[in-house]
Amino acid sequence: MPMQTNLQAADTIDHVHEGVIYSPFHRRTSAKNINQQWSVWNGYASTKYYADAHLEYFSTRNTCGVFDVSPMRKYRIKGPDAEAMLNRMVTRDVTSQAVDTVAYNIWCTDAGKLIDDGTLFRVSEDDFWLCAADPNFDWLQLSAVGFPNLEITDISEDLASLALQGPTSCALLKAMGFSGIENATPFSIMRFPFGAGEITISRTGYTGDLGYELWVDPADAELLWDQLFSVGQVYGIQPLGEDSLEMARIEAGFLAPDVDFHGSLHTVDRGHDHSPLELALGWIINFKKGHFSGRAALAKEKAAGKHRRLIKLDIEGNKPAENSILYCDKGCKKTIGYVTSAMWSPVVKANIAYGLVEGQYADGPIWAEIYHQKELRWVRKLAQCTRVTKPFWAPERARQTPPSDC
Amino acid sequence: MKSKYDAIVIGAGHNGLTNAAYLAKSGLDVLVVEKNDYIGGAAVSRELHEGWLYSNCSYVCSLLRQSIHRDLNLTRHGLMIVPYSGTTNFSLNGNYIAEYGDHDMQYREIKRHSLRDADAIHRYETDLMRYAKLIRHFLLRTPADPTSFKPRDLGEMMFMAKKFAGMGEEQVYEFMRFMTMSAGDFLDEYFENDLVKALYSTSSIIGTALGVYSPGTAYVLLHHVMGDVDGAVGAWGLARGGMGAISNALAGALKEHDGEILTEAPVAQIIVKKGCAKGVALEDGREINADIVVSNLDPKRTFTNIMDAADIPSDLRKKAENFKIRGSSGKVNIALTGKPDFPSLPADHKLRNGSFQFLDSMERMERAYDDWKHGRWSDDPFIEMTQSSVWDPTLASPGHYFVSCFIQYCPAEVEGGWTPDKRDAFGKTVIDQICNYSPNFRDHIAHMEVRTPFEIENEIGLTEGNIFQGELTIDQLMFNRPFPGYSQYRGPVKGMYMCGSGTHPGGGVSSACGANSAREILMDLKRPNVVPEDDVDE
Ligand SMILES: Cc1cc2nc3c(=O)[nH]c(=O)nc-3n(C[C@H](O)[C@H](O)[C@H](O)COP(=O)(O)OP(=O)(O)OC[C@H]3O[C@@H](n4cnc5c(N)ncnc54)[C@H](O)[C@@H]3O)c2cc1C
Repeated sequence: MPMQTNLQAADTIDHVHEGVIYSPFHRRTSAKNINQQWSVWNGYASTKYYADAHLEYFSTRNTCGVFDVSPMRKYRIKGPDAEAMLNRMVTRDVTSQAVDTVAYNIWCTDAGKLIDDGTLFRVSEDDFWLCAADPNFDWLQLSAVGFPNLEITDISEDLASLALQGPTSCALLKAMGFSGIENATPFSIMRFPFGAGEITISRTGYTGDLGYELWVDPADAELLWDQLFSVGQVYGIQPLGEDSLEMARIEAGFLAPDVDFHGSLHTVDRGHDHSPLELALGWIINFKKGHFSGRAALAKEKAAGKHRRLIKLDIEGNKPAENSILYCDKGCKKTIGYVTSAMWSPVVKANIAYGLVEGQYADGPIWAEIYHQKELRWVRKLAQCTRVTKPFWAPERARQTPPSDC
Repeated sequence: MKSKYDAIVIGAGHNGLTNAAYLAKSGLDVLVVEKNDYIGGAAVSRELHEGWLYSNCSYVCSLLRQSIHRDLNLTRHGLMIVPYSGTTNFSLNGNYIAEYGDHDMQYREIKRHSLRDADAIHRYETDLMRYAKLIRHFLLRTPADPTSFKPRDLGEMMFMAKKFAGMGEEQVYEFMRFMTMSAGDFLDEYFENDLVKALYSTSSIIGTALGVYSPGTAYVLLHHVMGDVDGAVGAWGLARGGMGAISNALAGALKEHDGEILTEAPVAQIIVKKGCAKGVALEDGREINADIVVSNLDPKRTFTNIMDAADIPSDLRKKAENFKIRGSSGKVNIALTGKPDFPSLPADHKLRNGSFQFLDSMERMERAYDDWKHGRWSDDPFIEMTQSSVWDPTLASPGHYFVSCFIQYCPAEVEGGWTPDKRDAFGKTVIDQICNYSPNFRDHIAHMEVRTPFEIENEIGLTEGNIFQGELTIDQLMFNRPFPGYSQYRGPVKGMYMCGSGTHPGGGVSSACGANSAREILMDLKRPNVVPEDDVDE
């Protein structure tokens, strides 16, 4: 006889919701998203642009803009072993990270291939938050092997979060009553009473400008949004969609997973993943701290110095080099790489891009093969690229404490 | 029918038809002889109850080589492969784990059972995809003979070595480990939840006389994800009109090139004279001549049944006798007058249109296998139930349904031999299992066809009812399929070839065996190759 069942009724089962799910800010973001322009991020409806992408983008450089980062995956690593476990997992030195600070971090396989990047918050001696664009719970578990005295929890749904970015962001937060926020140094964390509980404010962001990320209980999400937009009126606040944020992050020199790099755990073919050295992330690899995942492979790769290089390019003309193949000669005889991200930068008035090229060609001439349309007609052009070493946009105020506009 | 052809293909299975179509396309005069009064072998659609068309054996399609579909104009000959949506796997309490096409929904669905597994699925799929991409390079190629120094074999060995090395050193080790592993051990490396593991384990034992914890079953799992539908590797589709539409389209292509098919013509023997194949002798005494004779039958049948022991090496005869071709699967095809109701799913939920399985854990599957080992059909059988007609309006009239149930395990032999009563008792166990989850399922049944390995063997000639014409274990794969020294489709006598699923790349509706074999035959005849390359991933 087949095994006997004891069927539950359909309404007692937690069936998954079909279609997109909503962030705690959805009622507010949806109201402002007048054309209902959505994309999907980790299953959540995420606004592409609200009303006018050009105007919204400029708020990050001119006034301030708010982006809903709630779909980010957030994990809490807590316990006596947390520091040691994270120190083995990420490339930076976690032991020297002070409480109430944030560090941009990356983690690699033992083969030295980049899995993902994210921000590591040290909220107390033995309590950390790790925030990343994509799920990382599986890797955290694998990385915790041998460290029994800690607990890893997914707190993604427990926090509603907004990024507030732009020159007036500090002044706005101050006006909202978060006094002392002007003394927060870059990558530091402050806490204030808010709603029924607390708000955590970190001086972090993805735009390269002055900016903060605000973390509250989802129950207080709408309160936070409403206060920002009522007080923020006179600070030129705008809601930001993914289109604007994408522009701001390219100008700032930040990488986007699945755009500029392919996470190694998801990579099928050899060579389609990346080492952090290729991605110009050598500055956050701490070879002095002792063992960490990928250390030996990365040390070897660094010594050989033959890896590909992700470089910043300033490209002649005004046609963005989206999806372009890169060559070392105008005749396109030798392919040396491809463009990962490209845009016309409205603020610096430059045609900018990131190119991933074979190491030996990084310092030589580079040409981009650009396809663009003229009233539907496709045109091809070759554009000369100039390598740039500084971020395209890095205003002083992003580093000042207190910031100049506050 | 003429008395002499350039080539005779024995068996109108889809591989026989593919083989014949290519020989005909190259300009040969070809005849296919089939024992049944219908063509298709295990890729067949038959109307056994008026108004319902059954995919009697195979029921879903993924392995069919797209380049053959295109090259033989199979769409013009009536073939369309359509997508269908995912599987719901119920546990005893009515809760379930389902497969969704949408990445984010799939994540949330697995997360209902295990957050970690929801995350690990990507790592699992990436690793499996890496192996699938590797294997896909070899489907439409003849395996190299590793002991040969012929330039062609050396070239193939190089090709193979290059593809392997291309994975990177570390992955080569992983792949070797994978090939010899059990599906259970493989899944345990990624997942923690029993229901999740159960869902992904099922394809590792389909058609296989092994349990989820038997070494070698990880490969069987891979065998089920190495196909694709329109480039989506691992996806499965349905042939509109049932799987017979594939065979019918292949027959159309054969006829387009002036090939002939003779049905109700069981072959008694391959005629061999002076070490050369000379034609076939039918059971009714007729003889038809040809210098090329191709067997679409499984290797065991070919060499122990339709070839005289005196004509073949004793060593080969021994290998054929020892060939592992144990049957383990049953099939129950059901005509329904109403849609099955699954009360644990909300009304109108889209999962109600998909396929169903009823498996809580790999342990339960292992216990179902224990019954098979003792020569009994599983008391608590594993069932994959596909509601084909929901996606294909040609199978039943509106409001009527055809569901196809594939069952593990069912032995080729039971104590005292199979009888109609025992067959029906097996069928009843299957319906009882379904009714556990869909209580009024039985009320809708208008007709059913119950097939144990006994029926499968007797109707379409798959020895012991083994669905793959020979088990897919590593000792019977690649250059060892079907036997060492015989992997390049050539038989022991000149002019005699094999083209069935018992050859590389093995079972399933792929057309690859038939096509590869045709390429070898044309090579021996020094005729230009007309068999296309595979559309392998770059
Ligand atoms: C129940 C079942 C379910 C399956 N499900 C799937 C599935 O969903 N998807 C999938 O891809 N694969 C599936 N398979 C496997 C797949 O169907 C087979 O591997 C494939 O169809 C075999 O094709 P073939 O041409 O190699 O051989 P066969 O189809 O076995 O063809 C051999 C032919 O030879 C004929 N024959 C036998 N003896 C003689 C004789 N003496 N003289 C003349 N003719 C003879 C037979 O009648 C038959 O037509 C399934 C198989 C079975 C049995």
